[in-house]
Amino acid sequence: MAAIRLEIVTPERVVFSEDVDFIVAPGSVGYFGVLANHAPLITSMEIGELRAKQGNQELKMAISGGFFEVKSNKAVVLADSAEKASEIDVDRARRAKERAEERLAAKTADIDLARAEVALKRAITRIKVAGK
Amino acid sequence: MPGMRDITRRIKSVKNIQQITKAMKMMSAAQLRKAQERVIAARPLAQEPSEVLSRLVGVASDLSHPLLAKREPKNIGYVVITADRGFCGGYNANILRKSAGEIKQLENVSLITVGRKSRDFFRRSGKNIVAEFTGLGEDIQFGVAKKIAQKVMDYYIAEEFDEVYLVYTEFVSALTQNPTTIKLLPVEPPAEEGASVDYIYEPSAESILSVLLPKYVETTVFRALLESKASELGARMTAMGSATDNAKELIAKLTLSYNRARQAAITREISEIVGGAAALE
Repeated sequence: MAAIRLEIVTPERVVFSEDVDFIVAPGSVGYFGVLANHAPLITSMEIGELRAKQGNQELKMAISGGFFEVKSNKAVVLADSAEKASEIDVDRARRAKERAEERLAAKTADIDLARAEVALKRAITRIKVAGK
Repeated sequence: MPGMRDITRRIKSVKNIQQITKAMKMMSAAQLRKAQERVIAARPLAQEPSEVLSRLVGVASDLSHPLLAKREPKNIGYVVITADRGFCGGYNANILRKSAGEIKQLENVSLITVGRKSRDFFRRSGKNIVAEFTGLGEDIQFGVAKKIAQKVMDYYIAEEFDEVYLVYTEFVSALTQNPTTIKLLPVEPPAEEGASVDYIYEPSAESILSVLLPKYVETTVFRALLESKASELGARMTAMGSATDNAKELIAKLTLSYNRARQAAITREISEIVGGAAALE
């Protein structure tokens, strides 16, 4: 099966750089899949789960923000944060989730609300990725 | 000539200073290694958004975005990055001199200061500081860069700044650091190279641009912070190294004059005894 190069980078480091068979990423208009030799593409990304199939193995990562570019059989993911399942601190994510839920329930200023929603989404994604 | 007791006291205090400078030198050397690795790792990553940006703008040149808008430069913003602490040779002085020199030629300059030294300096010289960031710590987080970038972009979009410059210190090596000024806003997309690729945009080129441009500003600020941090540590290591050497030299000199004073005292005592014995005869 033809492979495509997947590179996941955050501003701080290169998280992942290997050949994979198939990528599923959280685009801003919904999840999408990318196979080898995909046409050039740029899209922004949502907070969500990024999956990549590599032979029999599957890589799962919690991604937040950023964008996705495909060019000459190379996919570059530029995210604010990207964590593998093993790197996620589930307790911390749980606490963050509770905090965000409390804040959403309290309904204070508008800006807090938007931030809490983002935080909640991030926490839920982390728990989901780590849980599997 | 100072007495023996004075000299021993000075030797002791210089030794204490030497211990401190030596410890600081070693600490910054260890931190520098880490900071250096991070700078080198971050350099190619900072390129990524600007490359995508150049391709994007190269393909669709009629795009507009508030962060691309060029305006008559009436109100200028300056972001000046220095250290929180001193004891790093000319590091802070160099960057402050450069930025103060540039600001002097302009009217209506407002400042965003990063680091205690730049805040104190510009506050003393009575400049208009609109935002300040201090206590970034030794381990620079991306979140800090994001906050600074957000502030800058907010001011720019609110048209309180028409142009924003970033002054930081570029890290070359532990011995060499270059104070550098770059234009942060409006974003000037780097010239596009090679044939343009026909991209699929999802959902649209505009919406990608609105994600990409802030990202570009954030990574630029982040990289500047990392470079500045590594430069600070490098400058501190060098400064403390030479301070330790100077202390060593001073101790050698003081020990010499201590021995001289001791010898002089012994000679004096002997001659007193000899004189006393001679008087008795």
